Amino acid sequence: MFENLQDKLQSVFDKLARHGVLTEADVNTALREVKLALLEADVNFKVTKNFITRIRERAVGTEVTKSLTPAQQVVKIVHEELIATLGESAPLNLGGGSPKIIMLVGLQGSGKTTTAAKLALHLRRSGQRPLMVAADTRRPAAIDQLVTLGKQLGISVYSEDPSTPPPKICAKSVDVAKRGAYNILILDTSGRLHIDEELMDELRQIKHLTNPQEILLVVDAMTGQDAVKVAKGFNNGVGISGLVMTKIDGDARGGSAISVRAVSGVPIKFMGTGEKLNELEIFYPDRLASRILGMGDVLTLIEKAETTLDEEIAREGAEKLLEGSFNFEDFLKQLQQVKRMGPLTQILEMIPGMRDIAKQVSAEDAEKQLVRTEAIINSMTTKERKRPKLLNGSRKRRVAKGSGTSVQEINQLIIQFRQMQKLMKKIKDPRKRKGILNMFGLG
Amino acid sequence: MFGKIRDSLSKTRNNFMGHISNLFAKNDISDDLWDELEEVLIQSDVGVDTTLSLVETVKNRVKEEHIKQTDEAKNVLKEEMGKLISSNKPLELDRKRLLTVVMVVGVNGSGKTTTAAKLAWFYQNKGEKVILSAADTFRAAGIEQLQIWGERCGAAVIAHRPNSDPGAVIYDSLKSAYSRKASMVIIDTAGRLHTKYNLMRELEKLYKIAGKQVHDAPHESLLILDATTGQNAISQAKHFMETAKISGVILTKLDGTAKGGVVFAINSELDVPVRFIGTGETLEDIAPFDAEEFVNGLFENGN
Ligand SMILES: Nc1nc2c(ncn2[C@@H]2O[C@H](COP(=O)(O)OP(=O)(O)OP(=O)(O)O)[C@@H](O)[C@H]2O)c(=O)[nH]1
Ligand SMILES: [Mg+2]
Repeated sequence: MFENLQDKLQSVFDKLARHGVLTEADVNTALREVKLALLEADVNFKVTKNFITRIRERAVGTEVTKSLTPAQQVVKIVHEELIATLGESAPLNLGGGSPKIIMLVGLQGSGKTTTAAKLALHLRRSGQRPLMVAADTRRPAAIDQLVTLGKQLGISVYSEDPSTPPPKICAKSVDVAKRGAYNILILDTSGRLHIDEELMDELRQIKHLTNPQEILLVVDAMTGQDAVKVAKGFNNGVGISGLVMTKIDGDARGGSAISVRAVSGVPIKFMGTGEKLNELEIFYPDRLASRILGMGDVLTLIEKAETTLDEEIAREGAEKLLEGSFNFEDFLKQLQQVKRMGPLTQILEMIPGMRDIAKQVSAEDAEKQLVRTEAIINSMTTKERKRPKLLNGSRKRRVAKGSGTSVQEINQLIIQFRQMQKLMKKIKDPRKRKGILNMFGLG
Repeated sequence: MFGKIRDSLSKTRNNFMGHISNLFAKNDISDDLWDELEEVLIQSDVGVDTTLSLVETVKNRVKEEHIKQTDEAKNVLKEEMGKLISSNKPLELDRKRLLTVVMVVGVNGSGKTTTAAKLAWFYQNKGEKVILSAADTFRAAGIEQLQIWGERCGAAVIAHRPNSDPGAVIYDSLKSAYSRKASMVIIDTAGRLHTKYNLMRELEKLYKIAGKQVHDAPHESLLILDATTGQNAISQAKHFMETAKISGVILTKLDGTAKGGVVFAINSELDVPVRFIGTGETLEDIAPFDAEEFVNGLFENGN
């Protein structure tokens, strides 16, 4: 999608005359594409409108530099503005007396209970003594859910009979914490609609009785345009101090984060990245910005690549690929590089446009295949690796035996390898060639 | 159904169709009208592509049919929106057979367990004998949650221990459905993100197990979709349709301010009917979905 946006912008600018600076007309045409991309990512319509106005101000009159194309330049500005809007992650406010109180609020099904447990774990790891409070008395078995999670973590849970009013439970839990030497309370409240006045009042009562340091609104990353109303509703109704975006491990673009952040003005503090209780991450604006633009997790990938890849080997491989002189020896080197970066499917998922492919590949299958391929090449002699043509029937049988595979698999690998070589030779388009170099991080 | 939708919508002062009605009430047919219409549709999660093509279609028809009145233009819009989400596929749930097996699937927190219970309630009132199957063994206290609902609606709940094999629960549920002479089994499954390969594969396995016990089961496989969801719902629908042979969608949480506009986008890309709507947290808060009434009801509320 980022590629898409950049490509789209590229074609927009290709049609326009070249100027020394980006004119208003250039920018307007480009911004239409930006606007559509943001809306498709679920950024709220009005928020998008304001955002575009800001971008326009920044972009018009920008000098077109040599190093960036106009398209890249606009994307860069958009990306930077997105990061600015998302804001820096802020740590939990743990000032004031003890116990400190963190209250979780949000719509039904947004992930409050799981987040409560994740936060408790996170806090205990940083040396705190948390107590979780089961203040969701409405959802059937919500108390059991928190109690079960508490048991899994070995973290205490304070609960009462579901007929007890939640404000009372919360107020009592403060005394319990003091007596039990807990220094942080995490209040798991019932899910409720932002338009439910009666239940908003319940939240205000809890707030009044416990005076929390943090009231975190838990927002599902898949939320659409309504995120704005939800954030406003909770902010006006009870007042929030921070945001937690959940279920970010799916493929939602997460534009709602921009919306809630823009209308509430409070920082996004955490992201929930999975069902496991350790899958809570400090919020990184740059990563989410890339994601909203559909850049995949390119930044993470690049970081990983930078720390693990040997650039020389990568460059050599890419060049040989393009020349058509890539052999099994080179293949093996590249494979080993890739392996160092981590599980294959995880890497695929980070590459824009590859997410769908990654989904179709079972992680185990992919790893197994990688191991087998490596074993096959390892069982070849250096000569065979450099000149795969040498591999006749008896040599193949030897390789099969040595690698614990079959002649059939070796044939398959050779066929795939030839197809790849052919494909590469066909790529004459310099832009596509550049794309391949880019893939190797050499663009 | 009509009352339900109206009730739930009347809770919100500025729902989107209200906007639409106002839009058509005051404006001439002009470019401004179309622009504003686009805005309103996008703001209700209909999505950029669907909105643009919908407005284009209406615009063209208005031109070809020489429509001058905004009121008539509004009716064209209603018609086109209705077309997008109407279906003439009969609901398998309503077909008489010895034992009907229904499965609810969806992402985490979309409302599967609650909806399973609502469906049980709904069909028991129609004279079916329903068994609830607690095949979400993964979510902490997911089983207890369904058991409480079972007590409330008076349906037997077949459950195993937490973290046990969901396939075994389904197997057991179907077996006991035969022995207890139940006429319907509703299977609650664990929430799963559609992007998790292994969890989607697990779903495939559960289907096979159901199919081995009862011919053609599950007869109805319903994707539970939170009306608050944005464009990601399209991806959800696509992925669940691939593995889970989704026969329909249930749109939950329509009692909020979100209008579930994304179902229009889903249906312009995929062919999957909406079957029920959820409008609250009690057993009664469910109603069969009727496309025409849905669109109509939404429109009427604005005035
Ligand atoms: N307001 C409203 N809330 C609903 C509706 N349907 C379900 N809910 C609420 O949404 C929350 C989540 O519902 P569940 O039924 O537990 O969702 P689930 O999909 O089974 O969740 P997991 O099993 O955790 O994936 C609960 O608090 C329900 O009461 C609805 O139509 N309207
Ligand atoms: Mg459930």
